[in-house]
Amino acid sequence: MKKGARELTISILKFNPHDSNSRPKMVEYKVKERPSMSLFLALSTIREKLDHDLAFDFVCRAGICGSCGMLVNGKPQLACKTQTKDFKDGKITLMPMPAFELIKDLSVDTGKWMNGMSKRVGSWIHTSEHTDIGKVEKRIDPDVADEIFELDRCIECGICVASCITKIMRPDFIGAVGLNRVVRFSIDPHDERRDTDFYELIGDDDGIFGCMSLMGCEDHCPKDIPLQQKIAYLRSKMVNQRNT
Amino acid sequence: MKIHYCDSLIIGGGLAGLRSAVAASTKGLNVTVISMVPVKRSHSAAAQGGMQASLGNSKMSQGDNEDLHFVDTVKGSDWGCDQEVARMFVNTAPKAIRELAAWGVPWTRIKEGSRSAIINEEKVTIDEDPDADGLIHSRDFGGTKKWRTCFSADATGHSMLFSVANEAIKRDIEIQDRKEAISLIHKEDRCYGAVVRDLITGELSAYVAKGTMIATGGYGRLYRTTTNAVICEGIGHALALETGKVPLGNMEAVQFHPTPIVPSGILLTEGCRGDGGVLRDKDGHRFMPDYEPEKKELASRDVVARRMMEHIKKGKGVGEGRESYVWLDISILGREHIEKNLRDVQDIAITFNGIDPADEGKSGWLPVHPAQHYSMGGIRTDRTGETKLRGLFSAGEAACWDLHGFNRLGGNSVSEAVVSGMIVGNYFADYCKAHDINISTNYVQESIRKQDLELDRILTLEGPEDIFEIKAKMQDIMDNKVGVFRNGLELKEAVYELEELYEKTDQITVKAKNKIHNDELTEAYRVPKMLKIALCVAKGARDRTESRGAHYREDYEKRDDVNWLSRTLAYWRNEEDTLPELEYEPLDITMMELPPGFRGYGKKGNIIENPDSAIRQKEVDEIRQEMTKAGKDRVEIQNELMPYKLQREYKAINYRVGDRL
Repeated sequence: MKKGARELTISILKFNPHDSNSRPKMVEYKVKERPSMSLFLALSTIREKLDHDLAFDFVCRAGICGSCGMLVNGKPQLACKTQTKDFKDGKITLMPMPAFELIKDLSVDTGKWMNGMSKRVGSWIHTSEHTDIGKVEKRIDPDVADEIFELDRCIECGICVASCITKIMRPDFIGAVGLNRVVRFSIDPHDERRDTDFYELIGDDDGIFGCMSLMGCEDHCPKDIPLQQKIAYLRSKMVNQRNT
Repeated sequence: MKIHYCDSLIIGGGLAGLRSAVAASTKGLNVTVISMVPVKRSHSAAAQGGMQASLGNSKMSQGDNEDLHFVDTVKGSDWGCDQEVARMFVNTAPKAIRELAAWGVPWTRIKEGSRSAIINEEKVTIDEDPDADGLIHSRDFGGTKKWRTCFSADATGHSMLFSVANEAIKRDIEIQDRKEAISLIHKEDRCYGAVVRDLITGELSAYVAKGTMIATGGYGRLYRTTTNAVICEGIGHALALETGKVPLGNMEAVQFHPTPIVPSGILLTEGCRGDGGVLRDKDGHRFMPDYEPEKKELASRDVVARRMMEHIKKGKGVGEGRESYVWLDISILGREHIEKNLRDVQDIAITFNGIDPADEGKSGWLPVHPAQHYSMGGIRTDRTGETKLRGLFSAGEAACWDLHGFNRLGGNSVSEAVVSGMIVGNYFADYCKAHDINISTNYVQESIRKQDLELDRILTLEGPEDIFEIKAKMQDIMDNKVGVFRNGLELKEAVYELEELYEKTDQITVKAKNKIHNDELTEAYRVPKMLKIALCVAKGARDRTESRGAHYREDYEKRDDVNWLSRTLAYWRNEEDTLPELEYEPLDITMMELPPGFRGYGKKGNIIENPDSAIRQKEVDEIRQEMTKAGKDRVEIQNELMPYKLQREYKAINYRVGDRL
């Protein structure tokens, strides 16, 4: 057999919670591997050729939009960035991410959850200042801008939430994504909120004090956001708030 | 059957749609946004390199202003754009970026003092002025006179989209995702909303509004090889086209980006070349200066893409035949620069190709080949963004406003998305405020029922064809016959074959018969829509016997300003038609601020000149000279040459650092 032309065995959990006749089951598909094949290509091939009814989510297929988080051999990751060649035995098991509402098969509703998170932490600039957009913009220290950007890179894919033990135990836990948004705005000079304001939002066990520091979030984050460091930083600031 | 009422309905939740939603909400309207995906997943997020706005903050952008941005944009369009729209745009872009800064977009900022950069393969030192410290930075991009493209490293679109989406969330704008508009509700030349399908439950309902906007992005997925996200299928265009009243403009104007990575077609930003990266052939030779001595790798995208293909055709590509590609070398920029400013590019290259572009020498070179990237064509609107169907507006990439003509400059896409969201968004809001909903519920329910019956009809089809195969064939035809280089024979074949495929969409069988979460059914109603759009592109290209911007005809190599200085309008007037009807809207040279001429890049002497161009040029030169002599400033001169209308808040002057306030 030509190199790269091996057969992959992809097992996928199929279940449609909106159909009362549907029962969860694992379905196995055989796909011929192509050079530089990602799970995006493999799943698209399955849907086109083998099972028109299979549901999954892709948008950009380039690791930018955060649509395609799923459990790949038990590990939450972006399917589009997962290369089939990395699976030595050619066997891949795919399951939907936990912690989110299941739509069907591999498709989960991260959008709804992230909207709720955004509202809970007030994920926008809070300011009383009026900006005259005809005038020269407010100056920002270039290093501070870089630091904000570093955290702003989060694509809200939900992998940190699906990796989080606290989230499994506490359904209302805000997750690393929410805590990261808080840090991002707390260091942004445009945002007038102070630590006391943020404490009101996340100063409890569904917020910063719920985190058990198991750091599944940091291990799996596809954008390598320094979550461990930022959560520790936020916790120390919030502990100070609690003690005052 | 459910009917939802709102003041303003916006179909599409990318930058243009969301910024328009903010505009309407700010004017006190009740807005609903419909999106196929969670809005933060929209394709705007994939814009990497930046947003053009003539702030003139950094050393390399000093002296920049609206006039230069205007000239670059018009030349980039190969004189196909609406110059008044270009003026509206360049005057609003600085305001847009400053608004976004206040909304938290972490633009990369200037640091006072010296820094090193790579220009033309040489290391140079640039000294940033103290009074620019902390202001928004900019990088070089193709086809621009100044370094005008502002950026957040190479995740600019992502940061912009998140900021605007969060502003929409802050305003409690109703965002309904995983919903798809499948037809417009219209009666007697006015639009009243859309029939919408819930992509989770399959339920059809109507969204009735005073005004409706389509902001659904481009139609790149008509092609197999494209940088576009899988949702960019031109469905929004089809909604407008299928009313029979609204034409699509310049659909043959399709941009091919020079540097998507091979074989996935994932985009590597123009910022790679803007920051000093170069293109090399199989011998490691940097070939662009041979073709474009002045702009080199930074000519406009249409020109660079063609030069690459030309060079590959000479046997200078790596690999054989259609698989052949060239190298993008950014290793010369150094690891530090790449890991800071081209980080997503590095991530993409490592993930998808196992290449670290920061590795020195050949091992860091990235394989690239032009692929479909942007749709200049779109839903034809007037300057306020309204279509021929009253109450139906369009903005962003979905629209043919027409800012880009036959080629868009890099950095002008996300810029247009936000700017049109501001300008068109405000006009749209004004319309919604001034009009009532006067449509009977009976008519609305009939509109839903009609779509429901259509889905039933599709499910009862019993033919030998497979909808996924039809789609794949369409994409192959577009790639092979309606690509970078086009000719009459292949385009004729393409039109014929696409029409045949369109007819075959009635000869399919959808295996599963359920209407809920049935992806084959979804494809079965989408693919005929896509084929209509593909036919508009192919027929427009077939009939346009000239080369302009990204539309390049091997059998008509010249830009023909005598016969083709016009905008193509494609109509689909009757449901039973199998081809669009084409009409043409002439562009008036005598009204232009910048009459047609040579772009400054691309092949010279390749223009069939219109005698009016020289006459108008003389007129423009005289006015300019006289007014300059009379001490008039550039704004007064511009106003004399080509007055244009724009909302007062956006027409206002843009102050720059160093201006006396």
